[in-house]
Amino acid sequence: MSAVYELEDVRHIYDGRTVIDIERLEILEGEIFGIIGPSGAGKSTLLRLLNFLEPPRRGIIRYRGKPYSAASMPSLDVMREITTVLQKPALLSTTVFHNIAYPLRIRHKRPDPQQVASMLQRVGLGKLSHVRASSLSGGEAQRVALARALIFGPRVLLLDEPTANLDPANTAVIERLVREFRAETKMTVVVVTHNVFQAKRLCDRVMFLNEGACVEVSDARSFFESPKHAMSKAFLSGEVIF
Amino acid sequence: MKKALLLLVLSTIMFSGCFLWDARGRAQPEELVLATTTSTVDTGLLDFLLPEFEKEYNAKVRVVAVGTGQAIQLGRSGDADVILVHSREAEERFVNEGYGVKRYDVMYNDFVLLGPSFDPAGVSGAKTIVDALGRIASRAGTAQGVVFASRGDDSGTHRKEMFLWDKAGVGAPRGEWYSSLGQGMGDTLIMADEMRAYVLSDRGTYLSMKDKLKNLSIVFEGDEDLFNPYGIIAVNPEKHPNVNFRLAQELIAFFTSIHVQQMINTFGVDRYGQPLFFPNSEQWWLEHGGE
Amino acid sequence: MLLGQIVSGLSEALKLIVEGDREIYSIILLSLRVSGIALLIATAAGVPLGAWLGLTGFPGRRVVVALVYTGMGLPPVVVGLVVFMLLSKTGPLGALGWLFKVPGMILAQSIIALPIVAGLTMTAVGGVNKNVKQQLVALGASPAQVRWATLSEARMGVLAAVLAGFGRIVAEVGAVMLVGGNIQYRTRVLTTAIVLETRKGNFGMALALGSILLVISFVVNAAVLHLNRRGLGDS
Repeated sequence: MSAVYELEDVRHIYDGRTVIDIERLEILEGEIFGIIGPSGAGKSTLLRLLNFLEPPRRGIIRYRGKPYSAASMPSLDVMREITTVLQKPALLSTTVFHNIAYPLRIRHKRPDPQQVASMLQRVGLGKLSHVRASSLSGGEAQRVALARALIFGPRVLLLDEPTANLDPANTAVIERLVREFRAETKMTVVVVTHNVFQAKRLCDRVMFLNEGACVEVSDARSFFESPKHAMSKAFLSGEVIF
Repeated sequence: MKKALLLLVLSTIMFSGCFLWDARGRAQPEELVLATTTSTVDTGLLDFLLPEFEKEYNAKVRVVAVGTGQAIQLGRSGDADVILVHSREAEERFVNEGYGVKRYDVMYNDFVLLGPSFDPAGVSGAKTIVDALGRIASRAGTAQGVVFASRGDDSGTHRKEMFLWDKAGVGAPRGEWYSSLGQGMGDTLIMADEMRAYVLSDRGTYLSMKDKLKNLSIVFEGDEDLFNPYGIIAVNPEKHPNVNFRLAQELIAFFTSIHVQQMINTFGVDRYGQPLFFPNSEQWWLEHGGE
Repeated sequence: MLLGQIVSGLSEALKLIVEGDREIYSIILLSLRVSGIALLIATAAGVPLGAWLGLTGFPGRRVVVALVYTGMGLPPVVVGLVVFMLLSKTGPLGALGWLFKVPGMILAQSIIALPIVAGLTMTAVGGVNKNVKQQLVALGASPAQVRWATLSEARMGVLAAVLAGFGRIVAEVGAVMLVGGNIQYRTRVLTTAIVLETRKGNFGMALALGSILLVISFVVNAAVLHLNRRGLGDS
């Protein structure tokens, strides 16, 4: 498997504080890659860097072989292969249909009502097409946000604590959808979560991030069964408070 | 119940507060509300006369300068203690209906017809004010630039103007050439100056603003019809027991006294070379004969 | 006494409206026309200005924002004075001949409404959730597409800004009095007519006109409140 992302000496600084400092990291094509770690570890910042929402202060982020840095950020066309679903759905104050059609519209593709309807069907909201987004429940809204991210077939799907505000039923639906779509489209998924069990259920490989630095990367099974690093061990046994 | 108690306590405090205020304020001046027309204030006449009265009677006169219509209305509603206005007919109605006690002559001034110095309506050749207004009305349609600005605010000046239009056979003037402004004398003069319009003004206000009115000059004056007497009337305490009738009577006595009449006769002479108002009280005429 | 005056004023207002009194209707229509056209102008200039200030950062933006906020509190009578001096025959724009005419009144009210429309538009646009903007970028929106979506997210607030501008100028007396001159049948609007009728001592009539203005203001402000609430419900 080839790498989608290769990070080389990436550092990021907010207000003089180093929040990301990663020497080397590879994320592989088609895998579900989990980022776990205590709050304040820099997980969300790393996700923003991977989506190129802001340039890294230092270092190179190689995406599909091409190097990007603060001096050369990717074009809009490249950015349009990657998308993020945030912890809070951040829907537009229009109808559900318009929200899901939005990514197609901005890519100057005519939204096919058939396509939107079948996507809604898959996330279990077939009847809510013309409902105002503001009237949805939290779980419904997050499913719309996921449908909106998937409608245009992204190569990379970044998930930032996608189920942190949801009940177990909605969490299960979101996780199932992510697995199904990954299997169908072979997209790469990077998921930030503080939920160890979710990472266990979902991920192929896992990274433990602490204070912006990569503590440990390994495949999920061995990470959860026999973590190598003392800090990972402490985290998994609940000794690190997050 | 608790609320009612609280209310009771609060109102008690407030009432006792009022009494304390009164007791402490005994040495404070008595208040008198004088409703009058803008002309007596705009010219500075009242500022010239009233300080002496306030000092002598330990009084504070609050001057409300409005149109004659509103001034009389303020007397009618008991919001003023005394009115000083110039609309003979309305004043007499005010007294006859029992709102005022008695009307006293105080002074008079006169109206002048102002207009652009190039006089497009040829008013300066007129014999009477009625003739002059007739010329304006008849030439307004044909000659360029003949326009008239009216107070249009039901003031004494406005009523005088309407009376004169009627007498000139024009009736109630209407048309593009006639602008009914609904403003005080000073505002109307400034607008007329901008519009290069004819306008009827009292002489006092005109003289006091003359240096600001670059385009206006007197085009007709001196007709008996332009005579403008001011009357002063105390509001009837039988209609409004709250008015300060005693002090109002003192103010009337003050205004009609020979001494103040003499002051009126000299007011403005130093600045304009002529008085703005002429004394007209009974006492004055007894002293100076005539009439 | 007061209650009696209010009741008789209101019944007089009703009577005049039902009877279709021509002068009253011409006063109402002129009020709506002057403030309406002034609002159109203020909207055409103020919404883009407010959107620009709300969406972009540039050197000196804070100065412009401070100016706009100051402008929101401009006393109408001061605007009236300045416009009067500009339009006076001896003033720099005297040649237009707009003084004591409807175009002059529209100019003055546009100036009063512009900062209100611009300032509230700026607030509405700036108040759009930052997460939403970041989400749009993450979905692949170009900067122009983000700006457009932000504006459209703020649409209720922008509409409220426009209505607030209208509410302010339709109830304003200082500028239209100075610049329009309150000329009967030509530049007399509701507010100046109220001043005049009060001066004449016709409190009933003044109250009647006032209640018409009150109804107009009430409808406009109710609309603003309604839109604000909807805007809140959406975020």
